[in-house]
Amino acid sequence: MPQGEYLGMTLTVLDLDQENLAYFQHCANHDFHLQRCVDPECDLLRYPPGTACPWCSSREMVWVPVDARGTVHSYGEVHHAIQPAFRERAPYMILLVELDTQAGEPTEHEALRVAGNLVDADGNFAGPDLVKQVGIGSRMRMVFADVAEGLSLPQWTLDEDAEQPDTPWRYPQQVNGV
Amino acid sequence: MTTDIDTTADKYLRDKYAIIGVGETTYTRGSGMTTRALGTWAIKNAMDDAGIPASEIDGMMSYSGNDSTASPMLAGDLGIRLNFYMDVQGGGSSSEALIGLAIGAIEAGMCETVVIFRSMNGFSQVRIGGTGARASVPVGGDALHAAAYGWFSAGQNFSPTFMRHMYDYGTTPEQVAMVKVIHSEHASNNPKAYYKQRVTVEDVVNSRMICKPLHLLDCCVETDNATALIVTSVDKAYDYRNTPARILGVAGRVCKPRIDMHFQHGPISTVAGHYIKDIIYRNAGVGPEDIQCTGAYDAFTFTSMLQLEDYGFCKKGEGGDYVSSGVMRLGGERPNNTSGGHLCEGYTHGMNMIIENVRQLRGEVDCYCPKDENDRRIHSYNYAPPEEGGGCRQVPNLEITQNLGWAMPGTGSSLIMRKG
Repeated sequence: MPQGEYLGMTLTVLDLDQENLAYFQHCANHDFHLQRCVDPECDLLRYPPGTACPWCSSREMVWVPVDARGTVHSYGEVHHAIQPAFRERAPYMILLVELDTQAGEPTEHEALRVAGNLVDADGNFAGPDLVKQVGIGSRMRMVFADVAEGLSLPQWTLDEDAEQPDTPWRYPQQVNGV
Repeated sequence: MTTDIDTTADKYLRDKYAIIGVGETTYTRGSGMTTRALGTWAIKNAMDDAGIPASEIDGMMSYSGNDSTASPMLAGDLGIRLNFYMDVQGGGSSSEALIGLAIGAIEAGMCETVVIFRSMNGFSQVRIGGTGARASVPVGGDALHAAAYGWFSAGQNFSPTFMRHMYDYGTTPEQVAMVKVIHSEHASNNPKAYYKQRVTVEDVVNSRMICKPLHLLDCCVETDNATALIVTSVDKAYDYRNTPARILGVAGRVCKPRIDMHFQHGPISTVAGHYIKDIIYRNAGVGPEDIQCTGAYDAFTFTSMLQLEDYGFCKKGEGGDYVSSGVMRLGGERPNNTSGGHLCEGYTHGMNMIIENVRQLRGEVDCYCPKDENDRRIHSYNYAPPEEGGGCRQVPNLEITQNLGWAMPGTGSSLIMRKG
């Protein structure tokens, strides 16, 4: 049973939770995978991991590697943290990153929008200087925070190889220097 | 908006049920009593309000997040023999949904009159904002995709929705702050409100940032309280003390697609009201243009705005204009949360906004107006603060109200009532 301490929280994946076991094992391999529906009429990826296809209800699926790059679709920026270990990391960002893969499918407003915090290229929580650079439209790539054997969390960092918007959209009011 | 349907068909229960009694405890931070004692207090107040004895109540329902006392205990305390009870999991938007289920239970012949309650020590026991004991629970399974990122409390969970609305439509912090400003005006004329202080837009946007885009004053209060209401059929409703609030329609826990992680299905700045409106207005036989007073759930300033917009009270994207225009102020075209709501009166997971609208429809909200010899307020309809000679919060000539219940961006409920 993958289990480990992370920022003061005990994170656990139960042995019978096959979907999350596979998801976080791929993350632990630093090789992002998602479930793909095997129905040839459907063939869609899904996130977060689940037990059937949200578009065709098929229970049959296969895990496939997915290019983990995308664009910030929206975010929250926590200044008053609740969980104790997050307090010293505040302000921290919660990013909703829309993957390039399958964006606008199967309908124009649908996409794979993967959550994560903003971290630096080494996986450390972003400081104020980095937080200020990121907003809606920023181009991101995935990195992984290792928690335990078989359990790493996807996180997001600025994609150094991508063309970034001149000014990503940020909340109009500056608070605490960000 | 009004849809032509055959309301004599068995399927439709429009106008056939009513709320006959409402009650609550004091709104406090530090109740000093159990949720059992609080719940008993609120239900007894609702019984006294209706003038209904325990022997004429035979159904009980409640909702909680494992932070309440179950129906059998309260029924035992109050000498109510139950033919039906059900205690469900749920927070916001449960109250409207349970009213619908109570109607269903009565219609099925399972019982005749149902009391619905929500009892919570939302400040002194289970902090609704997620602080305290709830902040250190182990994180496993599906929660790994959210709580592990410090994405955990309601405000944190909803913030991408709120932020995206600002991005999509240019909604400003100052526009949204007007929700708090207006609700605080209403609360200042409400003797029961926990926070009675009127605030300004500057107060809101200069209060400390909790989670962008939410300042402290964009967030509701956390309080200890219980609330209760009594539902019965219209043929019995007129046997009791008050003018019933008749139920025109209800919609319960209507969802956007993918509420396992609703952000997958955009636009994420659209909320469940987009789907609810097609059910509630059909069931009630009225449209938003007929609604004179709203109770749009205000866990946050943004939640009132997003719902009012998606139900069709204004065009999509114009919610910021709607909430800052004065429409929803007492004296405006369609007041919202005339008690001060969750932002000011107290946090009840939606019940206090229904209680308020029941009293509004009776013409009997409590305020600072003088009383007549029967202990009833002689309403002045002067909505200025009490110290400036106002102090009223009764809406005149009210016929139809609507409650807009919120669980989260992807889930909500609604209730439309008329004066009986």
